[in-house]
Amino acid sequence: MTISDAAGHVGLSLKKNPSSPRTLFSSAMSVVATLCAVLAVIPLVAVLYYIIVRGLQYLNLDLFRQLPPPPLGEIGGFGNAFVGTLLTVGIASLISIPFGILTAIFLAEFAKDTDAPEENWIDFAVNILAGVPSIVMGTFAWATVVLLTGTFSAVAGGIALSVLMLPTIVRTATEALEAVPGSYRQASVGLGASKIDTVMKIVLPAAVPAITTGVMLAVARAVGETAPILFTALFSQFWNRTVWEPTATLSALVYNFAQVPYPNQQNLAWAAAFVLVVLVLFLNILARFITRKRG
Amino acid sequence: MASNVQSPTQTDTVFRTENLDIYYGDFKAVRDVNIDIQKNQITAFIGPSGCGKSTVLRCFNRLNDLIKSFHINGTIYYHGQDLYAPDIDPVEVRRQIGMVFQQPNPFPKTIYDNIAYGPRLLGFKGDMDELVETSLRKAAIWEDVKDKLKALGTDLSGGQQQRLCIARAIAVKPEVILMDEPCSALDPISTLKIEDLMQELKQDYTIVIVTHNMQQASRASDRTAFFNVETNEKGKRTGYIVEYEPTEVLFQSPREKATQEYVSGRFG
Repeated sequence: MTISDAAGHVGLSLKKNPSSPRTLFSSAMSVVATLCAVLAVIPLVAVLYYIIVRGLQYLNLDLFRQLPPPPLGEIGGFGNAFVGTLLTVGIASLISIPFGILTAIFLAEFAKDTDAPEENWIDFAVNILAGVPSIVMGTFAWATVVLLTGTFSAVAGGIALSVLMLPTIVRTATEALEAVPGSYRQASVGLGASKIDTVMKIVLPAAVPAITTGVMLAVARAVGETAPILFTALFSQFWNRTVWEPTATLSALVYNFAQVPYPNQQNLAWAAAFVLVVLVLFLNILARFITRKRG
Repeated sequence: MASNVQSPTQTDTVFRTENLDIYYGDFKAVRDVNIDIQKNQITAFIGPSGCGKSTVLRCFNRLNDLIKSFHINGTIYYHGQDLYAPDIDPVEVRRQIGMVFQQPNPFPKTIYDNIAYGPRLLGFKGDMDELVETSLRKAAIWEDVKDKLKALGTDLSGGQQQRLCIARAIAVKPEVILMDEPCSALDPISTLKIEDLMQELKQDYTIVIVTHNMQQASRASDRTAFFNVETNEKGKRTGYIVEYEPTEVLFQSPREKATQEYVSGRFG
C-alpha cells in the first residue's frame, strides 16, 4: 500500500499488516506445524514416562549381579541378560563393522572408477537388506547357524544382528567416505601414493568420526532388537559359560517376562526395559556427541 | 622407436610433448601441444579460462588418469621415456613429479605428519625429523611452524597452508614440481612469498606453473606458453598453444596478435 507524508513524498509502508491473508495464513500454518510437532513427541514422552515410572524404582546394582527369579519370589536380576546383550551385540559388531566399512570403501572409492557393473547391484542389495523385516533375519540365522550348529547360541544371535546392522553401517560409511573432499585424494595421489594407500591412510581416517556415528546408531538399533534374537539366542535362566549355548538378552527378557502373570518377573521386565532404553539413549547421545565434535 | 629415446637418462629437456591432443571422451579439450620444458627453469602457462592449461599440466604427472573418460593422442616424453607407455607405473611418475594445487589442500593431520606422509609411503628410513625440518625450511615456512609441528596443518592460514603443501611436495624429493594456480586463493603478500620461494626452488627443481596472473608469469617465469581457446561450430571449446617463448620475448615482442592483445590486457 502506498502512503504519502506531509511533504508529499510517496513511499511504501514496510509495516506488517496483521489482517492481510498472507499474514493470517502464515500464523495459522505455524500453529498447525507446532501442533503436529507436539503430537509427534507425545508417544515418545509417554513411553519414556511410563518406563521411568514403572522401571526406575527397581533399579539397583543387584539387578546386574543376580539371575532372573523363579515365579513368585524376589525380583532377582538380569545379570546374565545384560552380559548376553553385550555379548550378542559385540559379536554382531565384530562381524558387521569390518564387512560394512570394507563394502563402503568399495562402493565409495573403487566401484566408480572401474567398469564394475556390480556397483549398482551391490548398492541395490544393501538397500533391499535395509528393508528386510528383522524377523526374517532371525529365521535366516535360525535356518543356517542354529540348525547347522545344533544349538541356539550367542553366535547365532550375533550373526542375525550383524545382518541387521550391515545396511546402516554401509550407508553411513559410504556417505562419510564420499563427504571427504576430493582434494585430499588428489594431494595423496600427487605425492605418489597408490589408491589403497590413499584410501587407508588419508580418506578413511578423515571419515572415521562420521563412520563412528553410523556404527553407534547401528549398535543402538541392534541392542533393542527382539525378533531376530528369539529365533537364535533364545533365552536362558543362567550365566553363559560359552558363546555356543542359549543366551539371555535384555530384549528377550522383557519379551518373556512381560507375558507372565507373576508380579516379580513383570517388575524385572520393567526394570530391564528401563535399562534398555537408557542404553539406547546413551548410544544415540554418544553418536551425536561424536558428530558434533567433528563439526 | 629409436632405443636411445627410451633410455631413462638425464637430459636438459625434462618434458617434450609431440602432437599432444587431450580428450575427455569424444571431446577434444586441447590440441597440438608441442613444447619442450627445460631443467631448472620455471615455465609458466597463461591464457584465458577454459583453455586447457591445467589439463596439460595434469598430463605431466598422469593425474588426469583419475578421470575415467580421459585419454590422449600423441606423446609426452619425460627424459626421453614415453610417460603414457603401457609399462609405465603412474605411481612412480608421481613420485618424480610432484604437484601443488590451486586450493591449499593439507591433510587433516599434524604439520609434521603432512610432511612425513610422502616419505613414509616411499619407505624412508633416515632421520624423519631432519627431513621434515629441511622440507619446511626449503618451503620458507619453518620459522612459522617450528614450535607447533603437532598442530593441525588445516589450522594454518591460507598462505601458510600453501607453503606447507609445497614442503610436502618437496619432502619426497621430486625432480619436477607442477603448480596449478598456486596463488589464486592467496592474498598478495602470500603470493609474493610463494613467488620468491619459486626462485629459490628452481635451483633444485624444475617448475611448471599455471597462472591466471600475467604479472606473476612475467615476474617469476623463464619461459611462458600462451594458451588460447577456439570454439568449433558445435560450440565445443578446444584449447591450443598460440605461442611459447622466453618470457621477455612473449611479453615484450610477441609474434601473434592474440598474444599481444592478451598480455596487454585487452581480452581474457
